[in-house]
Amino acid sequence: MGFLFEIAWTHVSSRIRQTFIGVLGVATGVGFTIMMSGLMQGGQRDFIHTLIDNMPHITVTDERTSVEKQPAEEAYQAAQAANLVAVERRSGIKNPNQVVSSLRSWIPGAIAPSIKISAMINVAEQHVGVSLTGIDPQQEERVSKLAGEMRQGTIGDLYHAANAVLIGQTLATKLGVRVGSSVTLSTGEGVSVSGPVVGIFEFHVRDIDEGQIYAMTRTAQVLAARPTLINEMRVRLDDALAAREVASQIEAQTGYRSISWQEANSDLLSAFKIRDFIMMLVMGAMLLVSTFAIYSIISTITNEKRHDIAIMKSLGIREQWVQSIFIIESIIIGFVGVIGGSALGYFLTVSISQITYTNPFTGGKQPVPIYVTPTDYVAIGILSLFCCAVAALLPTWKATRVHPVDIIRGAS
Amino acid sequence: MSTVAVETVGLVKRVEGAVSATLVNGVDLKVTEGEFVAITGPSGSGKSSLLYLLGLLDAPTEGELIIHGQATSRLSDTQKAQLRLSTIGFVFQFHFLLPEFRAINNVMLPMRALGKLSSADMRDQGVALLKSLGLEEAINKLPNQLSGGQRQRVAIARALANDPQIIIADEPTGNLDSHATDQVFSILRDLARQHRTVIVVTHDLGLAARADRTIRIVDGRIAQSACDLTAAK
Repeated sequence: MGFLFEIAWTHVSSRIRQTFIGVLGVATGVGFTIMMSGLMQGGQRDFIHTLIDNMPHITVTDERTSVEKQPAEEAYQAAQAANLVAVERRSGIKNPNQVVSSLRSWIPGAIAPSIKISAMINVAEQHVGVSLTGIDPQQEERVSKLAGEMRQGTIGDLYHAANAVLIGQTLATKLGVRVGSSVTLSTGEGVSVSGPVVGIFEFHVRDIDEGQIYAMTRTAQVLAARPTLINEMRVRLDDALAAREVASQIEAQTGYRSISWQEANSDLLSAFKIRDFIMMLVMGAMLLVSTFAIYSIISTITNEKRHDIAIMKSLGIREQWVQSIFIIESIIIGFVGVIGGSALGYFLTVSISQITYTNPFTGGKQPVPIYVTPTDYVAIGILSLFCCAVAALLPTWKATRVHPVDIIRGAS
Repeated sequence: MSTVAVETVGLVKRVEGAVSATLVNGVDLKVTEGEFVAITGPSGSGKSSLLYLLGLLDAPTEGELIIHGQATSRLSDTQKAQLRLSTIGFVFQFHFLLPEFRAINNVMLPMRALGKLSSADMRDQGVALLKSLGLEEAINKLPNQLSGGQRQRVAIARALANDPQIIIADEPTGNLDSHATDQVFSILRDLARQHRTVIVVTHDLGLAARADRTIRIVDGRIAQSACDLTAAK
């Protein structure tokens, strides 16, 4: 069917101005769709990265997924207990070393046991409630980005002094402490210890920077008055997206509550779903606009070419072939438009990624997040080509159904 | 007895609509192979409508059209298009060349639609056709670079592209001066000599007289059929 293409090509190339407008319509649609998609995805990825980086992918806590059985229920089959005070059990994960090593054997990633307790940090006359996490500095590096977020000191400095702590930038400012200052930690168990601040971190996440401190496992165990306590295991996976399945496997294996980062942020992630939907609508609308450009141009061309259509049909060229000539024209315009639009989209995304903005919450300067993959270009390109072909269907169908005799009579 | 190329049996064409009319009203006609038939008649007599029916451009309301022994009323649109492409060549009053295509490409169009020859053969044959019609210098020109007579001859060359057995022409000389008219008619005359069937609608009685047979149509019917085979040949 080379000659159909040749006719189509001759039509579009002999009407440069019209073709150019059509190409421009498609290119604009494609270019801005690519930019929009880049911005939406960039923002989302940036957010998820911050999320994934700052928190463990899975947190296993000593919380049980169901109420413990009452002793009577364990002793007698028929016994049924309700509305009783829960059986008192010592908190913490039993046999933490065994659990950790058995999880380590199959989890694709790193796992670090830790202690999470509530504590009070006291400096001079100020008392601030904080969440204290007792960590092993060597293992911590493998499960969190803490090491990379240190503004002063390092995680390793925890080794260098008894009861040393790392505190967040915001909290440090609030309390007026700096590296080397001495702080006192106390807990509800009536234990209190004093130690120096050896490092200051900044995650740019308010909750963490203001309400979280880190100390050695030992220090936390002392504060909890439980020398062997381990009540939390944090997991960092090689593939963050596998967190959900791994979490449910851990829960099934150990019976301890395992929360994936997706579950912990399910409300945010569901907001992303809505965002995605809105993005699809906006992109669809943009493509629709360029589709209309094609529709109008193909309508004009077919209208101008009524005589040609009539004569081709009278020569014995099939209606579908004649129609396909104009659909090919639409696809040619669409194709050039997609190429131009991809270039425009590339230019826009590169330009936008050069722009930096001041984060209103943290005050830091950062580039506008934008993220486009080659797949996006291809997908948007194919989609708009498809739209072009569809847009051409109706006008070409109408035009090629014309009865040649009607045109020939009118002309002579 | 020569073979019948085109035969009609009670051919009727009616149009319904705001104005209903019977354009062709029961035409029975036989045209043999190699015959040159001229159809004449006053304006609005239905001669063009008859021609469109004969050329499968239009479908009759009633009756049957038989082309080379094949009844056409039951053929699909695609089959009719194929039959038109391979066996019928059309020439209109207006040349209807594709304006963006050079003469040679216009002539090659039906060949390419039929797709039986290689590209090189198509070009050779197209060039030969144009040359045989005295259009050597027009081969690579666009239609708007040609004179009216040249355009009409290119249109004839295009009609002949697939070596059709039947040539149908609707006032092919209507827009031409007397010299060009003469040329075009001689070409049609020669085609009939090459054993092709030629059916021409014309107003020009002088030209009609040069046909093997003249059929006069009045009010959609054959009013008179003058056969003069021997004199013409």
